[in-house]
Amino acid sequence: MHWVYETEMNRQSEKTINTPHIIVSDLTMAYGDFVIQRDLNFSINHNDIFIIMGGSGCGKSTLLRHLIGLKSPAKGQVFYGDINFWDISPDERSRIMRKCGILYQKGALWSSMTLAENIGLPLEEYSGLAPRDIEEIVSLKLALVGLAGYEEFYPSEISGGMQKRAGLARAMALDPDILFFDEPSAGLDPVSARRLDDLILELRDSLGATIVIVTHELASIFAIGNNSVFLDAETRTMIAQGDPHRLLSETDDPKVKEFLTRGEAAAEGAKK
Amino acid sequence: MQAQSKINFSQPAPNILCASISGAWQIGSKVPGPSTVLSLLEDNPGIKSLVIDGAQLDGWDSIFLTFIRTITDECGKRNITLEMQGLPEGVMSLLHLASVVPEQRDASQKKKQKTFLYMVGKSAVNFATSTVQMLHFIGDATLSLLKFFLGKARFRRIDLLLFIEDCGADSLPIVTLISVLVGLILAFVGAVQLKLFGAQVYVANLVAIAMAREMGALMTGIIMAGRIGAAYAAQLGTMQVNEEIDALSTMGISPMDFLVLPRLLALVLMMPLLTMYSDLLGMIGGAIVGVGMMDITLVQYLTQTQETLDLTNIMLGISKSGIYAIIIALSGCMRGMQSGRSAAAVGEATTSAVVTAIVGIIVTDGIFAVLCDALGI
Repeated sequence: MHWVYETEMNRQSEKTINTPHIIVSDLTMAYGDFVIQRDLNFSINHNDIFIIMGGSGCGKSTLLRHLIGLKSPAKGQVFYGDINFWDISPDERSRIMRKCGILYQKGALWSSMTLAENIGLPLEEYSGLAPRDIEEIVSLKLALVGLAGYEEFYPSEISGGMQKRAGLARAMALDPDILFFDEPSAGLDPVSARRLDDLILELRDSLGATIVIVTHELASIFAIGNNSVFLDAETRTMIAQGDPHRLLSETDDPKVKEFLTRGEAAAEGAKK
Repeated sequence: MQAQSKINFSQPAPNILCASISGAWQIGSKVPGPSTVLSLLEDNPGIKSLVIDGAQLDGWDSIFLTFIRTITDECGKRNITLEMQGLPEGVMSLLHLASVVPEQRDASQKKKQKTFLYMVGKSAVNFATSTVQMLHFIGDATLSLLKFFLGKARFRRIDLLLFIEDCGADSLPIVTLISVLVGLILAFVGAVQLKLFGAQVYVANLVAIAMAREMGALMTGIIMAGRIGAAYAAQLGTMQVNEEIDALSTMGISPMDFLVLPRLLALVLMMPLLTMYSDLLGMIGGAIVGVGMMDITLVQYLTQTQETLDLTNIMLGISKSGIYAIIIALSGCMRGMQSGRSAAAVGEATTSAVVTAIVGIIVTDGIFAVLCDALGI
């Protein structure tokens, strides 16, 4: 098991930037008969900070659930490299997910465990490391998110922002290839949100990870995103993709323009 | 003091109605309803234009806004031009705000009453779906148990110990209280009848048999359904709300192994022990009535109990308790895992877990009674 862990680490250095890491092909998402989004086609490259954006209720978090194996598509495929993610067995999917870290919207720390146990669990399960080594890694991960010394605290004993950071420490436990963030700034004050953005940038550069973020926080989108997809709730499909800065300056779509300018484009249009 | 709210009507031309609004139009004050205006429009179909003049309005709140909105809607339906004069700026901007986003037609459709056949069909489909889900869950739990016996199931041993403590030691006070009381009640009920024949010494037999075969396991089962089954459903339901179960799944850790298995094992290990304890306490309760109130000596009571109680009766109760434990743990865990992602859904899951467990226990007890009769046990 230890060996597997080592090789995964090594594989990271062999990655080629600007080659697709995740490819979403003709994806349709639905709850029963109700289609949330249809015909989604985009790819997320290695080392991207990829933003999934759109208005409330457009299906951003549902798309994330399709990418991380929590909900199967009604139609279409998701590829991790050249592996068709929803065509393989649950065990194989689970093996792919071990290379991914996920920060859930509310942190999703296991409430009956201390922070050290939360971060240590994936290491105990998959790293094959000795308890002493696990303790050291846990301590390092907590220090990376600014929570050094909080090992023995339970999630209920720390603030919401700290829970998110601890969730991030857990997501980073196995030095993932891909980090998924579901609304990372939600419920955080502007300064903490900004610090989290800086942390995400640093993680991308130091871990060499691909980052996928579901968010509608414009400040974060422009500060860290270098690629994106825009989901529209009305037409129930994606209506734009690309670098958010480029989208802001080049898009002709009024909905995208309105979203990226916080509605100012529409307000100016109305004034004229 | 503000003037009384009223509407003065005038008709400057045959096809124009002018409504001058005055006074305070606020919640709590007596205000004329829209029907005052609408009935005039009804009586004079020639009116093609309505002017609302609010220059003398002293105060207003939501009650005035709803009045104007109703009039606006009705004028729209009747093709009457509506003109508003002298209304406060706040009123105009709020009316504009309320009309910016058009009414969502689909949203109101949701509230439409469904037909009887639709509801019967939906209930049948829901029942079939929930039966399939239940079988699926039982299958998953069985596989997980097999993995445990093969030494492949992964869960934290400390969790198992904590659940054992919760199901076992922490349940003792309530099991003690209920069991002694059930023993007392059984002895009282039996004593009244047996005294008629001068056979009150057989109270000991009645209590011993009833506790060992039925009541020990049944009462412990019902207590544990309320105490542990509900707790399991609430714990797992809350974990579902907080995405903790998603976090386990995406990490490749089976929630069935990690969450359900230790809970199931703890209850299956503890229920037979609690049932034996309950049997003993019930008999002590019976002895309190027998010895204290019916002139039976303690030695007589113990001898009668010893003579009547055999291993078959005790083992029957213990076997039942093991099956009840599986029913309680599975219904609690299943309802928790299937819970929706809201506080109300967790509440529903908890209620449903207790109801499912108690129904399961009673049905199983009935099956046991029929089987024992058929097999002569």
